[in-house]
Amino acid sequence: MAQSLGRLRESPSQTAGPYVHIGLTPNFCGIGGVYPSDLGATMVNDKTRGERIGLRIRVLDGTGTPLKDALIEIWQADADGLYNSPAELRGTADPNFFGWGRCATDMETGLCAFETIKPGRVPFRDGSLMAPHITLWIVARGINLGLHTRLYFSDEEKANAEDPILARIEHRVRVPTLIAERQGDTYVFDVHLQGEKETVFFDS
Amino acid sequence: MPAESGSNRRPETGAFFQRDRTWHPPVLTPNYKTSVLRSPQKAPLSFDNTLSEIAGPVFGHAMLRELDADLIHNFARPGESALGERIIVYGRVLDERGVGVPGALLEFWQANAGGRYRHKKDGYLAPLDPNFGGCGRAISGEDGFYAFRTVKPGPYPWPNGPNDWRPSHIHFSVFGQGFAQRLITQMYFEGDPLIWQCPIVRGIPDKAAIETLIATLDMQATIPFDARAYKFDIVLRGRRASLFENRPEGN
Repeated sequence: MAQSLGRLRESPSQTAGPYVHIGLTPNFCGIGGVYPSDLGATMVNDKTRGERIGLRIRVLDGTGTPLKDALIEIWQADADGLYNSPAELRGTADPNFFGWGRCATDMETGLCAFETIKPGRVPFRDGSLMAPHITLWIVARGINLGLHTRLYFSDEEKANAEDPILARIEHRVRVPTLIAERQGDTYVFDVHLQGEKETVFFDS
Repeated sequence: MPAESGSNRRPETGAFFQRDRTWHPPVLTPNYKTSVLRSPQKAPLSFDNTLSEIAGPVFGHAMLRELDADLIHNFARPGESALGERIIVYGRVLDERGVGVPGALLEFWQANAGGRYRHKKDGYLAPLDPNFGGCGRAISGEDGFYAFRTVKPGPYPWPNGPNDWRPSHIHFSVFGQGFAQRLITQMYFEGDPLIWQCPIVRGIPDKAAIETLIATLDMQATIPFDARAYKFDIVLRGRRASLFENRPEGN
């Protein structure tokens, strides 16, 4: 017998369930007074650098019905493409931009609204630049392991065309599933869990 | 940004170990009916982490308030406390290398002692406890240690099969050091026969994997005449050392 690597196994995931709001957005579901505000509810202040944008995101099931009990987290770089994280070694991100947000889908409409800034470009592993993008992480009742994907921007055609992650998508008809449509200052993005327009989800 | 003040330790920036998707429940677990229309059917796109997955937000201890990790009191009226079996839940946040993960944000939520959630979607006939909200949070210490106090949640029926009951459980949401480590799971209690009948639990294919979600009663960690203790460690994805990493060419 050779030596053991002594590794542990990752804790297996379990669904966030229908009551995810109690833990992650208690004020949203009427549990007031425990936390002053829900974490990740506000992403920008008046000193945050960059172009203000809104995101309007829905998550649709296999029948096209919006999920009304999902929770979405987003994670993004600042306007200069720097992450507010210890793993960011290229510089110091905007101190007025945390880069992370959390929003429960509306219990009536299924709509999730974020107010944020448009991120700058972040380098890929080989040093080339990825197109501006926002990482999405989606949990809900019926989702056994949080779903990871990205939101890219419809008005970044040139950057999108050279993005190394989008380039890996074999079936090119699926690329638009990752591109949010600009409408004024807002980007509209539907995540399809199943069907012809199923969003490209990531294993990374 | 330095890893921590007063330390010359370099922040880790290696990519995370590949996630073993056969260890997790698959996306489609038909006996858990809601997964049928909510499970992606196409293969996910695989790629080694980029900085977007390696980086992650850091939540400082400054955001915590005194009662955040005390579910018995954080929603209770002054001088009162939640009803139920008083317990301490403690453990460590580790990664797959066995290393403690400091600074991890843990958020917890659960039903009350009768098995009822404080949520408008929960119609179970067990009563709400006016002194119990059901949420709490903590940030792991330097060695990955965390602890909180609560009441043991009750089991409850749920609309899946005509007579399905969830075992007693506490939901955990965990942030590690990179966004790729993000994890939500549930903690179960040693000895509960409902664990092995639950369609959500049984979505996990391997019995050994299920057992890692069952907290152990630890009588040595109890507080006599106050609360029993359960130990529950959580393991997040490990990460590669970046010391000897070559820059891939033309990748």
